[in-house]
Order: sequence, then C-alpha cells, then structure tokens
Amino acid sequence: MSEQPNRRDFLKTVGTVGASGIAAVVGVDGVDAQTRPAASAPASSAAPVSHAYTFLTAPEAAFIEAAVDRLIPADDLTPGGTDCGVAVFIDRQLAGAWGSGDRTYMQGPWQKGVPTQGYQSPLTPAEFFRAGIAATNAYCRKTLQKDFDRLPVDQQIKVLQDMEQGRIAFEGVSAREFFNLLLATTMQGFFADPVYGGNRDKVAWKMIGFPGVVAIYSEHIKTYRNKKYDVEPKSILDLS
Amino acid sequence: MATRLREVDVVIVGLGWTGGILAKELSEAGMRVVALERGGMRSTNPDFAIPLIRDELKYAVRNALMQNPARDTLTFRHSPSEPALPMRQLGSFLPGEGLGGAGVHWNGVTWRWTGIDHAARSYYEQRHGKAFIPADMPIQDWPMTYAELEPYYDKFERTAGVSGKAGNLRGTKQPGGNFFEQPRDRDYPLPALEPSYSQILFNDATAQMGYHPFPRPCANASRAYTNPDGSRLGACVYCGHCERFGCEANAKGSPHITVIPKAMAQPTFELRTHSWVTKVMLDSTKKKAIGVAYTDVSTGEEYEQPAAIVALCAYAINNVHLLLLSGIGTPYDATAQKGVVGKNYCYQPGGGGVTLFFEDKIFNPFMATGAFGIAIDDFHANDQFDRAAMGALGGATIAVGQSNGRPIGYRPVPAGTPRWGAQWKKATAKWYLRAMNIGVTASNMPNRYNAYDLDPTYKNVFGQPLLRLTYNFLDNDKKVIAYVGQKAAEIARSLKPTSMTGPGTLGDYNIVPYQSTHNTGGAVMGTSPGNSAVNKYLQSWDVPNVFVVGASAFPHNSAYNPTGPVGALAYWTADAIKTRYRQRPGLMT
Repeated sequence: MSEQPNRRDFLKTVGTVGASGIAAVVGVDGVDAQTRPAASAPASSAAPVSHAYTFLTAPEAAFIEAAVDRLIPADDLTPGGTDCGVAVFIDRQLAGAWGSGDRTYMQGPWQKGVPTQGYQSPLTPAEFFRAGIAATNAYCRKTLQKDFDRLPVDQQIKVLQDMEQGRIAFEGVSAREFFNLLLATTMQGFFADPVYGGNRDKVAWKMIGFPGVVAIYSEHIKTYRNKKYDVEPKSILDLS
Repeated sequence: MATRLREVDVVIVGLGWTGGILAKELSEAGMRVVALERGGMRSTNPDFAIPLIRDELKYAVRNALMQNPARDTLTFRHSPSEPALPMRQLGSFLPGEGLGGAGVHWNGVTWRWTGIDHAARSYYEQRHGKAFIPADMPIQDWPMTYAELEPYYDKFERTAGVSGKAGNLRGTKQPGGNFFEQPRDRDYPLPALEPSYSQILFNDATAQMGYHPFPRPCANASRAYTNPDGSRLGACVYCGHCERFGCEANAKGSPHITVIPKAMAQPTFELRTHSWVTKVMLDSTKKKAIGVAYTDVSTGEEYEQPAAIVALCAYAINNVHLLLLSGIGTPYDATAQKGVVGKNYCYQPGGGGVTLFFEDKIFNPFMATGAFGIAIDDFHANDQFDRAAMGALGGATIAVGQSNGRPIGYRPVPAGTPRWGAQWKKATAKWYLRAMNIGVTASNMPNRYNAYDLDPTYKNVFGQPLLRLTYNFLDNDKKVIAYVGQKAAEIARSLKPTSMTGPGTLGDYNIVPYQSTHNTGGAVMGTSPGNSAVNKYLQSWDVPNVFVVGASAFPHNSAYNPTGPVGALAYWTADAIKTRYRQRPGLMT
C-alpha cells in the first residue's frame, strides 16, 4: 500500500507556520480535505471540519489524524475519524480541564501498581498523550525508520494492533495504556454530542440509529416495541 | 483560627437522601438543624434542564455530578500484603457531591431487603448449619427485623414515588408481584412502568421456565405523583439519561425535590453549602461529641459548629472516613480481628450477565429509564433455592433493565469483534439496536480482610490521611456468579438469539470500570459494641450523640441495590431521635 499523503505534507508545502496559524490564515480545510482518503464517504451538509489545533503541535496533530483515521476508517458508513472531527475533539479535550488533570488525584508518591488499581501516572492526561505520541513515533522511527503518520496504512494498523495487544514496549510509557486512552478518547469524540467538535453532522449517531437528545419516549416505549424509530437525530448543538 | 459558631441541636454532615430525611424530620419536630454539604446548591431548573443535561460526555464520562478525587479519594489494594495506591480517577463507583448527593444521579432501583438479609447469620445457621458459613466470613444479623422496619420502607417508597407491584400483601401472595418478597402492608404508591420489548421477552421466557418474573421496583414515577409531604413528581419520559444525570422532569425520586425543600421551609433549618467537614470534635472524655470542624471550601475559612447531636449522613465511604479521622470507635484490625470501625466492607459482584444479539429484533436501547426492569428473585430471596448446590451463601437477581442506550457507553458487539477499525464499525452499526442484556446482580458476603483503615502514605487536600480500602472478590462471590450466570444463560438460550456473549466469570476486583455505587459496610450496625460500630438506632456505641446513617451500616451486601433500606433506616433513625433520644439523650436500647 502506498504512503498516505497527509497533513504533514501539506504543511511542508505551505511553510513552517504553526498548525492553528495556517488554518486561520489560509483556510486549510478545503485544500487539506482533498488529500485525505475519505472520497467515498457520504457527503456532509455541515461546514468543513476544522483543523485548527490549540494543544497539539503540527507533528502531534499529524499523528492523531492518522491514528483516528485508522481507528475509525472511512467507509460507506461514515467519513474517517479526522473528517468526523475526532482529532479536533481530542485536541480540545487535551487543552481543557480534563487534559489538565481536573478530577484526577495528582499527589505522589507514584508507583506503578497493577492494572486493577487504575491510572497511576504522574502525568496529566494531556501530558500522558504527548508522551505517548512521542514514544510511539520514537518506536516507529527506530523499527520502521519513519514517524507513525508517514507509514503506509497497513503498517499503521499493525503498530496500533501491537500496542493494543501489548506486543511492543515503548520507552517510559506503557504502549497498551496509551493505546487504551487513545481509543477511549477517540470513541468519545466519535460518539459525543457534536457540540464538542467530533461526531460531525451526527454521523456516528446516524450510523447506529441513536436519535439524540430530545428523548421523550413516554408513548414510544409502547408503540416502538420491535420497531425501528427512524428520525433525524437532534443534538445539543442543534437545539442551542 | 477557626470561628466558633452558635450551638444547634443537630448538625448533619452531607445533604443527600439520609441527610435530607433527617433534616426534614428533625427540623419539622422543632429541633434547630444545620446541614453542612461539601458541594454546591443544585436545582432541577436550571441545573438539569434540556438540552444541556443530555450531555453524555460531561455527565456520564467526565462525572460532572460526582465527587472530585483530586480533593479526596481512597487508596486501594487487593490484600494486606500489597501496596495500596490511590484511586486517581473515578471508575468503579461514583459518589455524588452537591445538594441531593447521589440521590440526584442514582437510577432509582428501590428494594426492600429480604428476611434473609435482615437475619443473615441466624438464617444460614438454621437452614444450612453452622459449618456452611466459612470461618473468615463475619456475617451477622441486622439488629432490627424486617417487620420492625416495614413501616419505614413504606414511608420511603411513598416519599420517593416508587413504581412497582406488590407480591405479598399482609401475607397474601399477589399475582404479578415478587412472589418471594416479605409481607407488605400496602402496595407501591405507583403502578409499574411500561416494560420495554426486551423486558417482555424476558418476562415471558422466565414465566415459561417456571420462574417468577415481576417488575423491579423503581423510583422512576410511572405517572405524575404528589407524595404525602406534598412534593410533586412528574411522569418519567423514558429518556435514557437517568443514572449519572439529574432528571429534568422531576420524575426520579430525589431528595432535592422532596425532603430537602421541606426542610428548607422550616425556620429551624439552615443549609450551608461548600462546607467540608474535616472532623467530629470530641470532649476530653472522648465519649461525647461537641460538634464538627469544617472548612468553607469557597473561602478557605475554618469553622467549628457545636451541636448536641452529630449525624453523619455523607456517602457510606465518607462516613467511615470521618469516624476514623475523628477517633470515634475502635479501628478494625484485620490481622487481630479486633475493633469495629472499617470492618465488613462489601460491594456488588457482577460479570454473570449475558448479551443477546438478534438479527430480527429491534430493542431501541435509548428508550430507557434508570430502574425499570423485569426481575426474577428465584436465586436470591427464595428460601427454597438450594444454596448447597451452589456451594455459597447469598445469591443473585437476574433482570432485564434498559437503563441507557447512550452511544459512548453502550455499544454492544458480538464476542470476537475487534474494538476498532472497519469490522468494529460494521458490527456496531448492525447490532446497536439489535442487542439486549440479561443482568446478574450478586450479593456480597463480608470477609475478614475486606475492610477499610487509614492510609499511612497518601493525604487529601486538607492534609488528612486518605481512607485505605483492602478488597477483593472471593470464592463465595465467584461461585454465586458462576452458578446464577449459568441460569441467566439458560434463559438467554431459550430466547434463541442469533448469538450471545457471556456469562463471564468473576476475577479480581478492578477499580477501573464502572460496576455500581453500592459500597456498603465499614460502620456496621449490630447487637453489641463487640460486633458493630453502631447500635440498632445507628448510634455510635462509643459516642452516643453521633449517629452514622447510610449503607455504611450494612453488615453485608444483598443482591439488591442499597437505597431502599438506606432510606428506611434514615426514617427509622429520625423517628428514634425525635421520639426517644430527644427526651432522654444517651445510648438507646
């Protein structure tokens, strides 16, 4: 499989300005979308997806876009993760309260513990993500001579599978723990209300048949037994 | 230097269900009551208004209504030989914070516990012989019978607007209700909710197999309802955003719309939010509490609130923490098996459930309420259930609920499906509407090593030691799940699904994935200071003007959810304080 043209190539052609700067100045979205492998995805009536990032650096954004496109590949059901807004969702979550360690006990001392004791890293979730991206890229450079986002798609999938199964180890960060956090956050972005930047045009809700947030089913609980409830989903974004 | 405030009759720590019930009952009786709530004010409008309350990410994933572990959490290990590490993020259970406590975000399942639960040791000794109880399983009877508590169960059901169907009215079995329940004086205040399609399938299958299905009692109002105090509840709209959310329709029985506003209408009641109690203050004899110390977490200022009675009504875990931090009662030592405060921590084993996938059926999992369901009690409350064959005490309920179809958290796919990628996507798109779950909820018997104490290393934001939890699922739990899980699988197979997954087996306890907010014990009630932290009236044996109200009092955990007896015990305790303790303070017998 050939190498994926991606955001990084585009950035190189434009110059060395930071990601968010480019997006704001030259309207990166329209151009960049053409290079992404989502051509067969259903057409969306919503505004083009943003690629303006506030937390992720350009190389980090390139990693996340590639990763969410592998976790949620484009097909006839939905566009790929990036075009669904999942990378933007992750960026905003990492930049916000959750990424900064809100609702996380951050006091030491720190010990590794066992998995059943849960998150024990001294890093905030945002720092953990950053370290995980760096560790994955370091692994990919060492074993495959390229950063993750520059690998062919099948190799990207293989690296993710190896991380998930714990078949490979990274320096300083647990590959499996990072994968699990990446996957969980990706799924949150895909399925959360579009108000957070992902699930663009409610594609994930339409895919499964979730009708969204109006949710008044006093009569439907009887009339829709064993019967599909087909409606255009409504989101917080729609009702706000 | 802390500011010393004017003495009141009662200071209540925590204003959820138990604190709210005591606040209402005692302030209406003319006692001067101050309630200290560590979180903020909350009201249905605007806090739980649509569309913003339908935000799965904020409420169900990021836990907006819950306690913040950055300030205070606990440490956890499986056994005394392992290092305990802090629970840095919430997962397995979700204690609430703010007015109404967990009573705002609960699902609403409201059981009366069984006669077996009320007399656990006596029952098993008589039914199966003393040798049937393992030596390291310190089960004990409740200090009050089911019959004594019956009027208080009834009172709580009426306050919370519980929907259900009686199975036993004053000794006469009622068709359609729980065949195995203890006698009730009258039916539930509201009829059962409309069942989902999945519940109808389960009802018919279990009836066909000779079991006794019935609608699970739930504090989701099946129609608009005015409770005996005049509090008005709306009708449940089956919105599927119940557990972890507040109810915009006021259809979930919750303290912030029932007992708490009634207390707040009393001139003898005062609420202080953002008030974090750090300690119960004792006099020099250590036999009498003189009040509580607290910090206003919005200003950092410290206060002392003197009171004749201290009622600990925080979440069950925090009640035990406060007792240990305050030096009330003898801390439990698992090695020596001495002391009482911290013992008999129990939880709720799961994992025996089954997910069924049908090519030809549509379940609409988003049409859901927190608690409605069809259950069978044949492997739990049933005296005829052969526990010798199971080789374990307790049992499990089997039920089909339908409590959420929210897509971040609920995405069933058949076993063997990858967790991501093209195949995962196809399977998720195909099965989301076409799956149903049969759940198995097991009892949890105590073990000598499953207990709390204070952590020697980690501190909370006030510099106080965190609570340390030592806990694991044990042999008895694994046998219950294995046995009842097979029964659930038989029911599932009778429905002829296209495929099914489960039942699983019970492994080590994992504090990461959500299981239930059913943390019980640690300040258990009993018949003597040697076997319990509190007496029949939830009064500390050592410091009798301290009452410790909540699931912390349970000597073991039932296969039922805890809130029914939690509410009943709060009314029971309030009654004892009003009618007896107030006239003659001291240890009640």
